[in-house]
Order: sequence, then C-alpha cells, then structure tokens
Amino acid sequence: MSRKIVVPFGPQHPVLPEPIHLDLVLEDETVVDVIPSIGYVHRGLETLVAKREYTEYVYIAERTCGICSFIHGMTYCQGIEQIMDLEVPQRALYLRTIWSEYSRLHSHLLWLGLFADAMGFENLFMNAWRLREFVLDVLEETTGGRVIQGSCKVGGVRRDISNERLAIMAAELTQFEADLSDLSDVFLHDDSIQSRLVNVGTLSRTDAYDLGAVGPVARGSGVAIDLRKTGYAAYGDLRFEPITETSGDSYGRCAVRVRELFSSIDLIRQAIEKIPEGDIEVKVKVNPDGEYFSRSEQPRGELVHYLKGNGTKHLVRSRIRTPTLTNIPPLVKMLRGCELADVPVIVLSIDPCIGCAER
Amino acid sequence: MRGAVSTMGYFEMAKTAIRSVISRPATLMYPARPGKRSSLSRGHVVIDVSRCISCGMCMKKCPSEAICVDKEVKIWTIDRLRCVVCNSCIEVCPVHCLTMDGQYSSAVLTHSGLETFPITYVKPERPKKNETGETAEA
Repeated sequence: MSRKIVVPFGPQHPVLPEPIHLDLVLEDETVVDVIPSIGYVHRGLETLVAKREYTEYVYIAERTCGICSFIHGMTYCQGIEQIMDLEVPQRALYLRTIWSEYSRLHSHLLWLGLFADAMGFENLFMNAWRLREFVLDVLEETTGGRVIQGSCKVGGVRRDISNERLAIMAAELTQFEADLSDLSDVFLHDDSIQSRLVNVGTLSRTDAYDLGAVGPVARGSGVAIDLRKTGYAAYGDLRFEPITETSGDSYGRCAVRVRELFSSIDLIRQAIEKIPEGDIEVKVKVNPDGEYFSRSEQPRGELVHYLKGNGTKHLVRSRIRTPTLTNIPPLVKMLRGCELADVPVIVLSIDPCIGCAER
Repeated sequence: MRGAVSTMGYFEMAKTAIRSVISRPATLMYPARPGKRSSLSRGHVVIDVSRCISCGMCMKKCPSEAICVDKEVKIWTIDRLRCVVCNSCIEVCPVHCLTMDGQYSSAVLTHSGLETFPITYVKPERPKKNETGETAEA
C-alpha cells in the first residue's frame, strides 16, 4: 500500500466557476477520501429578511443565484402567498411556469458548455453557449433582464406577455429544437465524450436515495424525483414525466440534462397553448403571519425556502436550502475511488452552484 | 478529436465553419456597437429633476439602499455601483419622474459611483381664496 498524500482542489481552480475547497486524499492517483469545505462566498442574505419589507425581499431572494434567479424569486413568492392564503391568477401561474422552463433551458445549456469546457472540448462549449444566447434574448425581451428577470412579485407577476409574442416564442422554439438536436447528438453519442464520462463517478440508486441526492444527480441514478410533479405553478395542468437514467455515472447525469432540455421545450409549448386570459396579479393588503416550506424544482434539484412571518412587514426568518448543498454528500461518495484526472469532471457533473449553496 | 469528427461529420463541421466565416462576429464589440436591447430592457435609472417632488418613496423602496433623497437641500443621489436596476423605484414614483433607460450606464470613474442631481421642481402656488371662499382668477 502506497503512502497517502493530500492534494488541495480549489477554491480557485480552472474548472470551478465558483469556489469550493476539496481536500483529496490520494493513494497514487486514486482518490480514497474527500473532505469538502465551503464558506468562501457567504453573503448573509437570509439575515437581510429582517431588514427589508417582505415585498422588497423578492429582489434579494432572486439574487441568491445568478443562474436560477427566477425560480428563487418564484419560490419565495409562492411561500408568502401560501402563508397569506392568496389565490394567484392562473395566467400569472402559467407565465411563471414559462419563465421557469426558459431558466432551466439557459441553466442546462450553460452547464453543458462548462462541462464540455472541463473536458477540453472548446468547440462544443462555444456551440452550447451560442444556443443559450437565444434563450437569454427571449428572457430579456419578455422580462427586461437577461439573467436577473425581476418579473415575479408577491401576488402574481410584474409583466404580461402578449398572445402575439407567445405565438412567436412557440414558433421560434421549432428552430431552436432543431439546433439543440445537433448539439445533443454530440453530448449523447460522441466517442470522446463517452470515454470521459461513462463509468466515471458512479453513484448507485441506493446511495443517491440514502445520501439525499436531488435533481439530475438523483434522476441520473434512477431515482425519479421531480418537484414539478407536485403541481406547483401551472405544472399540475401540464403533461410530463421525470427524465431518468439508470447508469448513475457522469454520462447518466449529462444525459438527464440533455433530455430535460427537450422536456422543457415541450412544457413551454404546452403552457403557451393552454395559458388562459385574465389578470396577472392580485393586490396584497395584509402582512404574512405564519410559516411555510415552499418547494420547487430548480435546474439543479429541489429548492426549499422556509419563511416565517409575524404579521409585520418584516419576516422573522428565511431559510434557503439549495440543491447544491444537498448534493455535496453524494459528490463525496462519487469521488471516492476515482482517478485524480477525473475529479474536475465529476465535480462539475453535479452542476455545483456555490453562490447558491452559501447564500 | 477523432470521435468528435466521426459524430459531427466533416460536412457538419464545414457548414459550421463557413457559417462562422461569412456571418457577423458572434460577440458584439460593446460599446462601439450597441448591444441588442428590447423595450423592456433594464439599463439604468434616469431622473427628470424638474418633476421630482422629493417624496422619498424611491429611497424607501430601494432594496439595495442605492438612492438618497435629501429633502432639505433638494438633492437626489444614486449610487450606480449599489443600484441593482430592479425597477422598484420607478414603480413606486407617484409623479413618474423616474424612467428606465435601456442602455447600461457608462463606467464610473470614482470608487463611490455616486451621481448627484439637484432637484429643480418648484411647487406651483395654489390659487388664493378670497374672503367669500371662491378662488381668485389667475
């Protein structure tokens, strides 16, 4: 048995978009243990809830993450609306669903690009991000913001999308889907990608369930959990099934995200087809008094906002549990037994968002 | 990348290469060429100082505490580095003197990013009432 050495990985590392530190315990080139540590970008956003009015905190909740910002804002609003027992207009719920799915598209495309970049496949990275640009343009034209949309508010949404614009969006998706097919073929069938991903960082179904994996990490190991099936926003009216893979390796997680892109396009089409006419918000007149666990499905997995109000304009407590934090224990499990050269790919395969995780 | 070539095919790669050569650059040379903006795009907040009534609602509702309204000396200040361009101040302004410009604000040259605007609004005098309670003709 060879001598063990510890190699630090991060917080600054070429493949890491955000800082996380891993102490990798190695025997030769094999990782035998991993000790993760976070705390480099903690911003104390949850404490701000006591200093801002609950209607203004939407802006701060959105800024928890720079990728799935809309879903953070929506989950926060959902929680406040449940505490107040507000009935949000159906059109607003459909608009939230449409923007959520566009967020998922842009998040997954961003990740696919970064993943290709981590494997040294620069051309694929650029192609993924070029497609992502279309999604960002749609988000900007309909909400005013490319990344931070700012279109969700307690009681509904701030902006409507005209029916003509919705029809254009549905038509544009056809070309987008065709472009996406070319890209997905490379991710799913290319030899060089498969040689980097197949049987790398395998997480069994039992481990995924026991360690609390969420989102594509769980679904890539065959655990069919998807919060959208609970029917929040307008998902209850739309037909879809959680995308799952059974291999549990990095390729499985990549395949889940690629196939979810097409699932999101289908959901947007269904929502555009079924969106009803009507108001987009209800007026909010009282302050929240009570507590609620608001849950939603982010591109990375299950997101929880715990909110507690005491009848004043300021909430007493906000607690955010993000999917990346939940996926760190499964990551440690995946890394044990892998080769040092595979560590960057495995770390990226959980789509880590540390800014989210530390808040 | 043997696998990449086999999957994408030479034809697909040639098509992509030709398209990239004949099309315009994918990256816009901002700010020499203005970026794509829509009518809803949030660039930076603009104030019409001739209409501002110094009510302070924008300051109160700003989630990032970027706006300061000094009612005594009639000064409206915004810190461009703190402003998150959320549109909140524009929504609450009772006289609609705040608007959103679609282009981003230019780079700040100081550490503070403070921009100060003297408020020039003059409250119109109300027509005086005469002894019988009727308003006098102006």
